[in-house]
Amino acid sequence: MIQRKLITCTINGNKIQTMVDVRASLTDMLRNDYRLTSVKKGCEVGECGACNVMIDGECFNSCIYLAVWADSKHIRTVESLLGSAGELHPIQQAFVDEGAVQCGYCTPGFIMTALEIVQSGRQYTRDELKKLLSGHLCRCTGYENIVNAVEKAMKGTAQSIPETISRHRPATR
Amino acid sequence: MYNMGAYYEATSVAHAISLLQRHSGPTTKIVAGGSDVLIQMREGKLAGYTLVSIQRLDELRGVYMDDDETLRILPVTSFSHITKHPLIKEYINVLGYAVDQIGSPQIRNIGTIGGNICNGVTSADSASTLLAYDAVVEITGPAGVRRLPITDFYIKAGVVALMPDEVLTAILIPKESYENTHGHYIKYAMRNAMDIATLGCSLNVRLSPDKRAVERVRVGYGVAGPVPMRAKNAEEAGNGRPASMDTVNRAAKAALLDVNPRDSWRASKALRLHLAEELCRRAFTMAITRAGGSL
Ligand SMILES: Cc1cc2nc3c(=O)[nH]c(=O)nc-3n(C[C@H](O)[C@H](O)[C@H](O)COP(=O)(O)OP(=O)(O)OC[C@H]3O[C@@H](n4cnc5c(N)ncnc54)[C@H](O)[C@@H]3O)c2cc1C
Ligand code: FES
Ligand code: FES
Repeated sequence: MIQRKLITCTINGNKIQTMVDVRASLTDMLRNDYRLTSVKKGCEVGECGACNVMIDGECFNSCIYLAVWADSKHIRTVESLLGSAGELHPIQQAFVDEGAVQCGYCTPGFIMTALEIVQSGRQYTRDELKKLLSGHLCRCTGYENIVNAVEKAMKGTAQSIPETISRHRPATR
Repeated sequence: MYNMGAYYEATSVAHAISLLQRHSGPTTKIVAGGSDVLIQMREGKLAGYTLVSIQRLDELRGVYMDDDETLRILPVTSFSHITKHPLIKEYINVLGYAVDQIGSPQIRNIGTIGGNICNGVTSADSASTLLAYDAVVEITGPAGVRRLPITDFYIKAGVVALMPDEVLTAILIPKESYENTHGHYIKYAMRNAMDIATLGCSLNVRLSPDKRAVERVRVGYGVAGPVPMRAKNAEEAGNGRPASMDTVNRAAKAALLDVNPRDSWRASKALRLHLAEELCRRAFTMAITRAGGSL
């Protein structure tokens, strides 16, 4: 018999209540139940960062986080960065401007970590940024442009980045 | 989907213990952050296991100061919260630094310090520092609370002194242990992130008031044997001696009498012996400098 549990949480600004399979990872729930496919499955053992999402303001690899643990938490994925008129968030724009995206598989994970960096309001050195980004693997770019993009977004916050959380309704099953 | 048998969520420590009693068996495991257990479940090693989760027990999170000024570190505190905590920064900064070397930023938000020692793994980055600070573990079970020096907690590789229905509920650092100490941790690994230590050395010193002598030095190692260990010979070579390069070199040499590393695919025994001496030398030098001594 499948064991399920009722949880209530907020996903990208929307409060939801759902029965989750206790065996599901948060990645499974976000992708399968809410079609938040920015959350990628890479290694599924916590090493690559493709599944990275923000939980109560901190970044977690959602592949090694049980969906039932999301109860009462605020979860944020890249989908929440979309502006009301469909415009890109300054972090996303920086990734485009710096050529930091090739196949794009690693990008949503990197962007959520970049969001945590930008939201800290701190200015980091390049070496510190590399350490902060070290939980993400990218097979395409060679990282240089990604570090450039995050640095640009971070410096841009000196001129204050808008805190967009769009009321993007997650699709239900 | 994880290949999981059943899942039970504890709502208090007492509830966790009763869940462990009720569902006890060779395939039942506590899960805290999950960064070991869920990986092993994915790999198939723990396929079909029943999990008792303490992840949502906020009563087991945080760092506190007891009335007798013992530092009380609760086990479900994540690494990043240890590093950021003001009490850790003030009294045992080296522990915050050591756990900041673990995995990646996301792993440091996920993994807990309790899980890091309960897995009984020799490479655990928090363990050598906890050993070098004479940490005491507080274990709660059906019969109540018991305390154990962390050296007795480690039994053999992968095995710690926990009964199946017991929960680690605190890691204590006595005042006598952290007071007036300065420490340093060196993790030697092949990569700067996402790598397990080839060898790790955590060392802390207390200098005499005039900063000329080493009143007390304590040295802990990871991956220098099957479980994390203290290096008593190295400590004896340093205790009560002048704070000098000569003392540092003697202690580093003496550490070779303590360690017992092995050959593995990660590194040879010869490299690990070399590291045991060299990391002790560098950590000792740094700790003396931090304590205000001059070499
Ligand atoms: C990608 C990756 C990189 C990593 N890199 C490092 C690294 O560089 N250095 C390092 O040291 N570790 C590393 N780890 C290992 C891991 O993060 C740690 O061992 C972590 O501390 C385990 O804590 P947890 O709460 O996540 O453990 P869990 O998986 O929840 O539990 C670990 C073990 O401890 C038991 N347990 C947990 N809490 C308690 C408790 N309170 N009472 C009784 N038993 C308990 C569980 O039953 C289990 O056996 C890495 C892991 C991953 C996935
Ligand atoms: S898929 Fe989660 S870290 Fe790789
Ligand atoms: S852009 Fe392809 S993996 Fe990073």
